[in-house]
Amino acid sequence: MSVIPHIKGHKLFESKEEIQFMAFSQPCLIGSIAAIILSIALWASFGLNYGVDFKGGSMIEVRSKQGPADIGALRNAVGALGLGSVQIQAFGSDRDVLIRVEQQKGGDEAQQDALAKVLSAIGDGYEERRKEVVGPTVSSELRTTGLIAVLCSIIAIICYVWFRFEWQFAIGAVVALIHDVIITIGVFSLLQLEFDLSTVAALLTILGYSVNDTVVVSDRIRENLRKYKKMELPQLLNMSINQTLARTLMTSLTTLVVLLALYVLGGEVIRNFSFAMVFGVIIGTYSSIFVAAPLLARLGIKRDWSGIARGAPAKAG
Amino acid sequence: MLYFSPAKIITISAICVAAIIFAVPNFFSTETVKSWPSWVPNNQLSLGLDLRGGAHLLYDMDVDELRANMIRNLRGDVRQRLIENKIGGITGRIANGVQTRLANPADMPKALETLRQLAQPVNLGIFAGSDERDLTVTQISDQVIHILINDAGVQQRIGEAMSGAIETVRRRVDAYGTAEPIITRQGSNRILVQVPGVEDTQSLKELIGKTAKLTFHSVHPTEGISSEASPARGEYKSFPAAETSDEAGAFYFLREIPVVRGDQLKSAAQGFDQRTNEPIISFTFNQEGARAFAKFTSENVNRPFAIVLDGQVLSAPVVREPILGGSGQISGGFSVKAANDLAIQLRSGALPTDLKVAEERTVGPSLGADSIASGMLAGVVGVTATIILTIWIYGTFGFFAVLGLIINGLLIVALMSTIGFVLTLPGIAGLILTIGMAVDANVLIYERIREELKGGKTAVSAIDVGFGRAMETIFDSQLTTFAAAIIMFWLGSGPIRGFAVTLSIGIFTSIFTAVFVVRMMIALWLQMERKKSRNVDVPI
Repeated sequence: MSVIPHIKGHKLFESKEEIQFMAFSQPCLIGSIAAIILSIALWASFGLNYGVDFKGGSMIEVRSKQGPADIGALRNAVGALGLGSVQIQAFGSDRDVLIRVEQQKGGDEAQQDALAKVLSAIGDGYEERRKEVVGPTVSSELRTTGLIAVLCSIIAIICYVWFRFEWQFAIGAVVALIHDVIITIGVFSLLQLEFDLSTVAALLTILGYSVNDTVVVSDRIRENLRKYKKMELPQLLNMSINQTLARTLMTSLTTLVVLLALYVLGGEVIRNFSFAMVFGVIIGTYSSIFVAAPLLARLGIKRDWSGIARGAPAKAG
Repeated sequence: MLYFSPAKIITISAICVAAIIFAVPNFFSTETVKSWPSWVPNNQLSLGLDLRGGAHLLYDMDVDELRANMIRNLRGDVRQRLIENKIGGITGRIANGVQTRLANPADMPKALETLRQLAQPVNLGIFAGSDERDLTVTQISDQVIHILINDAGVQQRIGEAMSGAIETVRRRVDAYGTAEPIITRQGSNRILVQVPGVEDTQSLKELIGKTAKLTFHSVHPTEGISSEASPARGEYKSFPAAETSDEAGAFYFLREIPVVRGDQLKSAAQGFDQRTNEPIISFTFNQEGARAFAKFTSENVNRPFAIVLDGQVLSAPVVREPILGGSGQISGGFSVKAANDLAIQLRSGALPTDLKVAEERTVGPSLGADSIASGMLAGVVGVTATIILTIWIYGTFGFFAVLGLIINGLLIVALMSTIGFVLTLPGIAGLILTIGMAVDANVLIYERIREELKGGKTAVSAIDVGFGRAMETIFDSQLTTFAAAIIMFWLGSGPIRGFAVTLSIGIFTSIFTAVFVVRMMIALWLQMERKKSRNVDVPI
């Protein structure tokens, strides 16, 4: 057993001097605010490309049994049914086609009738790979639960961070979270990627991941606050970010590597889901360094707080 | 931080070995695992519908229509009561019930008394024994009475209708003949039907969705039952006996036009005959059905009539006496269970409202297989890259972390297959993501150790401090992901729940592996190194 070889690791990132993150804080904050405004503007003007989960209607994925799919012919066949807006697009390979039919007027039964019509119009040349039909009652419920889920997560995280840290940390963490969520939604609006239940799941995971990052930085800030009572706040924040930088980058890197593998190789069905998470990890890492911490510098923190809880004079930690 | 008692070492190692043993069946084909002796762990991960292919159908029962039907029936009952007691009045619908305006205010006490007899005690389980009733009868003025249906009454009716509907759906899906269908109640008025491996969902939906049709028919006077179907003749037609009935395989020759229809049936329940104590089914018709049934039974004493559900004859009991009051009982050598089943079928046949498909998600088997293949590929590539990266960055300690990761993955698989959680495509994504994020705990610890070493601490104290300080941060950061996962579980339907489940299991297993398994490996390693020399060089 004494033959375990000693292999030294490598530094992922090394810098002789501290990087002055706080110096970038002004342009970063301005950039972030601009990105948020832009995202909201995109969202308001172009909207989101809601999937059947939220919009209702049907989605059918078919694969041509022989040779490439004839999208033009499919478009004519399905378009002739008079089912309102119908989107037909290639899906992954040239044999796979995704057909989306908007929600029909007339409740749950009308969706089923539309599905039956589309399936018979497609004909025998195609194999049904996937069908999703969501009626108006379920889609409106899913919209509500989706929204509630995101709000509940944010509230739960606010309470948690507030409970564990000072309120300034909670504000920093939450602003960073909302920043991440809004910009991710903005990107989905810009690229008109399908926004469905799995995107919400991705958003929730991003929330968890982003706050995870912020908590690690905040933990270190708190530790340093106890250790260095006289240090200027911006300098202390800068030091804390630098100390946790290697960890932040390494964790983001391993997470990104697996997410990229999922995005590239995981198949068409979860591509949007993995895209949201890849983007979310990048923006989440950015926000915990460039949004949450600088915000703390602006809000200011009560410096001497280690002793208050115990009612004893503060001790150096 | 670095001392592990022998008991602890044994426990932690035992958990790791158990993880391996319980995860192993997943690396063999189902056929191979089946041939293993029964004492060997043989639970494999069950795949979600999105991976194995199949149909997910969410049916919605129209509660408003159910309520409207209740009010309609109530109005009939009220009118009948008043007529029976020779009380004149006009009865009409109002919101949540009916209103009766008496012709003569002097009838009020009598009317109140007779109408109050309509109210039945509600039995909602928790309220058992309470005297809550399904109807409230109140005098509004000297001529007007309101008979309102209470919420408890509506809930009870929905409950009855649902259990009947679930029974019907189950019977029909079973008749469809696929393996392992799952039929569950969701919320108060929904039924979720999950059928693996179905390709032709259109015919499945037709089968489930057709209105349950219960009818009572008169039997041909001379050719009642035969072993072969006879061609239709005049008003008569052959009906097969239900497979669950005693006469399975036989055919009844019945008059095609029913005497009474199921929607004229008000209730059906299993009970016992007061004299013989044999299990029976008691039933009540509404006004219209009662009238038709009274006429039929008066004319057909000692002759059979057939109870037909979805075109199959459930049973053909003999009319023993005319049934005039609209309620009667079916006896015929039933067991308690058979009587109960038949009562449920009668109730479900009497289902007063259609089931509608509120949500449908179907995955064909080829897409499911493709998803498994691409999920596996992404997993292998992602995890391999993580392993290389971790060993490259953290050297020998990175290798320990990788061992921890592998045990982590096996633990998740073992837990999921033993507890029976379903693996979905997002679940695979969750598993892969967990492996990527699980490194985080090790990263936090190792970066801290590096910092402490840089600060001039000795190997032992740097490692000790590294594990100690990082612990709090690990808990903090994992707890928030866990909160998100719980909310996701609550939010999600099948596949998303799969993601939430793997994510939450992964959080606990990755804390366990980082805090116990990897720490133990490093502690043991440190012990050996210190025997060799006083100055330990930390390979990190």
